[in-house]
Amino acid sequence: MKPMRLIIVAVGGQGNLLASKVLGEAALMADIPVRMSEIHGMAQRGGVVESALVFGDAQSTIISDGEADVLVGFEPSETLRALNKCSARTTVITNMAPLPPFTVAIGKGIYPDLENITALIEAKTHRLIAFDAAEQARAAGNIMSLNIVLLGALCRTELLPLKADTVREAIRTRTKQAFVEANLKAFDLGFQAAAD
Amino acid sequence: MHKLLTDQPGQRMLMLGNEAIARGALEAGVAFAATYPGTPSSEISLNLFQVARETELYFEYSTNEKVALEVAAAAANSGVRAMCMMKHVGVNVAADALMTLAYVGTRAGLVIVSADDPFMFSSQNEQDNRYYGKLSGLPVLEPSSVAEAKEMVPYAFDLSEQLNEPVILRTTTRINHSTAVVDLGALKQPQPRGHFDKDPFNFVTVPAVSRQLHVRLLENIARAEALSTTSPYNFETGEGGWGIICNGVSYAYTVDAIRDLEIEDRTRVLRIGFSHPMPRNQLKAFLTACEKVLVVEEGEPYMEEAVKAIAQEEGLTLPIRGKADELFSRLYEFDPAMVRQVIAHFFGIQHDLPAVPDLSDVPEVPPRPPTLCAGCSHRATFYAVKKATEGLDVIHPSDIGCYTLGFLPPLSMGDFVICMGASTGSAGGFAQATDQKVVSFIGDSTFFHSGIPGLINAVFNRHNITLIILDNRTTAMTGHQPNPGVDMNELNLDGYGQIDIEPLVKALGVAHVTTIKPYNLKKSIAAIREAVQFEGVSVVIAKEKCTLYAKALKQLHGKAFQITTRCRNHRDCINDLGCPAFFLEGDQVHIDPDICTGCAVCAQVCPEHAITPLKAKP
Ligand code: SF4
Repeated sequence: MKPMRLIIVAVGGQGNLLASKVLGEAALMADIPVRMSEIHGMAQRGGVVESALVFGDAQSTIISDGEADVLVGFEPSETLRALNKCSARTTVITNMAPLPPFTVAIGKGIYPDLENITALIEAKTHRLIAFDAAEQARAAGNIMSLNIVLLGALCRTELLPLKADTVREAIRTRTKQAFVEANLKAFDLGFQAAAD
Repeated sequence: MHKLLTDQPGQRMLMLGNEAIARGALEAGVAFAATYPGTPSSEISLNLFQVARETELYFEYSTNEKVALEVAAAAANSGVRAMCMMKHVGVNVAADALMTLAYVGTRAGLVIVSADDPFMFSSQNEQDNRYYGKLSGLPVLEPSSVAEAKEMVPYAFDLSEQLNEPVILRTTTRINHSTAVVDLGALKQPQPRGHFDKDPFNFVTVPAVSRQLHVRLLENIARAEALSTTSPYNFETGEGGWGIICNGVSYAYTVDAIRDLEIEDRTRVLRIGFSHPMPRNQLKAFLTACEKVLVVEEGEPYMEEAVKAIAQEEGLTLPIRGKADELFSRLYEFDPAMVRQVIAHFFGIQHDLPAVPDLSDVPEVPPRPPTLCAGCSHRATFYAVKKATEGLDVIHPSDIGCYTLGFLPPLSMGDFVICMGASTGSAGGFAQATDQKVVSFIGDSTFFHSGIPGLINAVFNRHNITLIILDNRTTAMTGHQPNPGVDMNELNLDGYGQIDIEPLVKALGVAHVTTIKPYNLKKSIAAIREAVQFEGVSVVIAKEKCTLYAKALKQLHGKAFQITTRCRNHRDCINDLGCPAFFLEGDQVHIDPDICTGCAVCAQVCPEHAITPLKAKP
């Protein structure tokens, strides 16, 4: 099976690692080879969390610059920051609700214009799916399910070798029981959002 | 039941590399484990700590890595299988014990995990600990994948018992923090009790004994070399005249590159998983079959040097390359495209790098460095020190922990950081060699780890320093592990002692000792000012539980604060404290009530008294 390389970037606390785990468990259920790696430079203290997931026949667990087939960004400026992982073949899915880093508040950086972010990504990649995933997560009843909203959008693209129902099953069996309902709703809202 | 105790051989499970190593230990019947936490090794310990509550496994968080290794060495020499895990720089701390332990050896299996960190994702250097194998004479094993990491642990225990030597299992961050599917093996029942059979002529390393033991160590290295040559972890694949020798994660990148470059029919690979001693005979046979050889290894040219030395002794003159300007770097970690590119270049294959889009028109994305949490008491202490020393020329040696982040503006507290505990030793040196004031910082766990000898030194040698002990009641940075000052009852764990820092410091002879509550700025500033004015060694203990830990213990009850209309936009709050709960909306400063923990430090800083507690959460 040809390798499929996925990068997920997020801000610490946005649930990137859980999203990766759900995909990993879904791949295990479907008997699809998967390897993942994560870098969380002091994530709990507000840093960036990046996960790489490689599905299919490859041994590597990390993804070089320009080699991601799909990039999922949980925060727009972080999606932009990870553009070096993309090429003209890459599909990008991003949440558009910003979480400006603290450096912006103390005048050590300027938050990029949102329209400029989408224009740049569109120009440099194959396809961009951008929407306010925070709004969908709130509609699902829990802002913490933003990660699952984005998984829904990811599954809609059918780029992963995983069926949406397998991912739903992984959400049902591998996420905290108290959040399963909100997560499944979040997944469906993200799935729909990616269709428009 | 803990997931790692699943007794279903053959079941497949998704695991983090560190979970796989812990599982491997359980499948080897490990009965004793000791550690000092350090990224990227920490989850191995965390899992064994949890498992120990459900099984006969003994687990301890030791004061430092040296103590951890000594504890484990005693257990193993009493006949109990033991494991000891640490990050790469932790092995430096344990090295004194390690070097002579190699002479003494071990009775039951003893495995030392060294988790190296190429690229320094969370470390102060990227030293290559394979050299510890060479330096001490101990065998080194290196897995290339998560699944292999699990398999290697029982092998390491058996090897240790076969040679009667500790075995080093060396990983890198990309093994520890990768996740993959692992096949469970059978769990082995641990043997938690042993008996120490006295044998002073093998265990008491006076010179006359050590002279004998060194002979035995060299014999063991020779035996280990024979085992390395026949080890299933040193294996060859492929055929042809192009040779690649690789280890660890580089093996994965090499396999992918050979497939992508379609050179399977021309390339022969020797994967080294048992890297000290290197498999001499196997290498000789491999080199003989090759026209030219590329060594693919992150970090130092450890294998390259060994391979070249063997080639020289065997009279083989083929080109052997690895680290060079146009090939591999000794810096940082590798990635698949880089390895593919270098392999293509070395063997003269046409290959284009993936087309990375031109990003020159992308605006600079504002950095998102990790910062101290909202409500972190270190921020309050740093601010108080700044105020208390205004106008003075002060050097701030600091140490390893969350508080290292205080070196960044706006707090800018941290001038010299090299290793665990160095804040106390270096403080005395600065005080002695300069006319500047010295106010240094150390956390509670780091103080216990290796800060105490430096403080004793300062008292004995009469250095003029102020040491601020940031006592946040846990080992915060690595994930809130216990340390000797922690109240274990709060974690519902009994059977532990507890060491109080204040009487300890007083007993060391420090004449000026105060304990402050850092959230009370006024009193803290006054106490620090007094300590700094004191001639000689003074210690200020800033005692306040880590906010994140307090939250986890459900002890955080503060109300969030807000900025009222009295705000005149001086921005002292945001500019002096740099708390991540603050944000700007247009020109106006706000506090995010979901992030604010109600520590009230900013309210004491605002000259307009514009920051007040929220009545109820909105
Ligand atoms: S984890 Fe604790 S010590 Fe570390 S920055 Fe956060 S509050 Fe401070």
